[in-house]
Amino acid sequence: MNSLDLQTLGLRAINQKLQSLEAKTNEREWTITNPMGQHAIACGLTVPIEITVDGHAGFYCAGMNQEATVTINGHAGVGVAENMMSGLVRVKGNASQSAGATAHGGLLVIEGDASSRCGISMKGIDIVVGGSVGHMSGFMAQLGHMVICGDAGEALGDSIYEAKLYVAGSVESLGADCIEKEMTDDHMNTLAGLLEKAGINKDAHSFRRYGSARKLYNFDIDKADAY
Amino acid sequence: MIGFIDQIDQLLSFAMCGIAGLYLKNPDLFSSLGKLFKPMLIEMTSRGPDSAGIAIYRNPVAAGNTKFSLAHDSTEYDWASLAKALDAELKGSSSITRIDTHALLISDGDESHVKHWLSNYDATVRLVGSGNSVEIYKETGLPEDVYARFNLEGAAGQHMIGHTRMATESAVTSAGSHPFATGADLCLVHNGSLSNHNRLREELKRKGVSFGSENDSEVAAAYLTWKLRQGIPLKQALEDALKDLDGFFTFCIGTSDGFAVVRDPIACKHAVMAETDDWVAMATEFRAIATLPGADTARIWEPKPATVYAWGNESVNAQMEAPIQSSVEAPSAGATH
Repeated sequence: MNSLDLQTLGLRAINQKLQSLEAKTNEREWTITNPMGQHAIACGLTVPIEITVDGHAGFYCAGMNQEATVTINGHAGVGVAENMMSGLVRVKGNASQSAGATAHGGLLVIEGDASSRCGISMKGIDIVVGGSVGHMSGFMAQLGHMVICGDAGEALGDSIYEAKLYVAGSVESLGADCIEKEMTDDHMNTLAGLLEKAGINKDAHSFRRYGSARKLYNFDIDKADAY
Repeated sequence: MIGFIDQIDQLLSFAMCGIAGLYLKNPDLFSSLGKLFKPMLIEMTSRGPDSAGIAIYRNPVAAGNTKFSLAHDSTEYDWASLAKALDAELKGSSSITRIDTHALLISDGDESHVKHWLSNYDATVRLVGSGNSVEIYKETGLPEDVYARFNLEGAAGQHMIGHTRMATESAVTSAGSHPFATGADLCLVHNGSLSNHNRLREELKRKGVSFGSENDSEVAAAYLTWKLRQGIPLKQALEDALKDLDGFFTFCIGTSDGFAVVRDPIACKHAVMAETDDWVAMATEFRAIATLPGADTARIWEPKPATVYAWGNESVNAQMEAPIQSSVEAPSAGATH
């Protein structure tokens, strides 16, 4: 286990160190201490190493992640794991706005609550939230899965494309073109697999599924009134 | 072209300005207020490097007196003559203390009378705040330098709010800096940008409200001033603001013994709050709070959109429910929201 003190070394030195590691490195486990809410901690990693951020992280923590596993022992600021490509990001506390924004792949686990716009424009990432999400979550979500074990705020899945949303609690309101959809056995299996992968003990049968009514995102002259 | 630039301003505003507020619950920390608040403000420098402002509540004046925060472009301004002329006019007694480009005037004259006299005395003198205990200091320059100019590191008190500005809607001037006074002991700092400020400014001017800058945040402050003048409680005034102000905002409003926080209905601008047994803090970003003792184990949350939060002693809660009082209540611990 290697330890990096952010207050002593500074953000740039730490990120450069982690970003320069090769895939075959033997230094696979790293802890970043004193994160103090600084931005862009452990961003742009490309190899399968394990990072623990020991405290609260600021904006864009673990952004653009590929392959790495990043665990935040605290809360995460705006845009945690934004544009992640692969790997695993786990937030032990709560996450601020736009968690997992535009991310293409990998798994983001938020053990607490996520704020507004969680999974905005997600493009293939899987997001599992142990608590609730704020308003406009899943806005323009294109691909991937978002599992919400608590409640969802206003306008869930507004202008959604083909991402699949699963909610166990209540939904304050659905956004434009987002509807409740049938939960098939395939969906149930996928959901159970995601919960297991996320390490969250919750019965898949307690969830409802939401997705696109597909009336908005393909232009159809007969539905022009809806645009 | 102006429309295009306006749009760019709107886009840039997503990254602009930082605000911070600190309210101490533990009296043992009162003597360290300025020291604790300094890193909070400085951490917000990257969000607002072109000017900074601070409201500190301390040294309440005796009953019948009012404390006025005044500012001038020159550090050499003849404040003594101003105080002398005021006393001659009102046949009263006042004292004045220069602090860099600012001065604190304490007068036993009627508050509105003194304000009227000041506006006629010298147009180059700016009234930046007034009340029983509030002092407002704001200048262009790096937050660290502004903080040092007004000797705030050693300041004692129970609460402070501050703002670091990256100008998007109006010029980089001291007059366009935050906080903006909104009434007796009240002031406002704003993170965001308002889109209907021009029309609202014209409407408020017609209702007799005066303006010192072209700043959009000053319009929000003027709007609150106008509401409070009518005897509308602060909480109601803020809820009305949610309906009448169009744009992005997180406001922090300093009151005589606490502060209130409100975000726009879609929570466009960042805001985070934290609380321990010793203090309550709010800031645009957590990194501004991270330096406070016990921040790592504090209760931390984001204020909900379109929800008014208030922290302070009992009189703050009274202020939230009843018309603004000018008296300062005896401190008593307590926090509500």
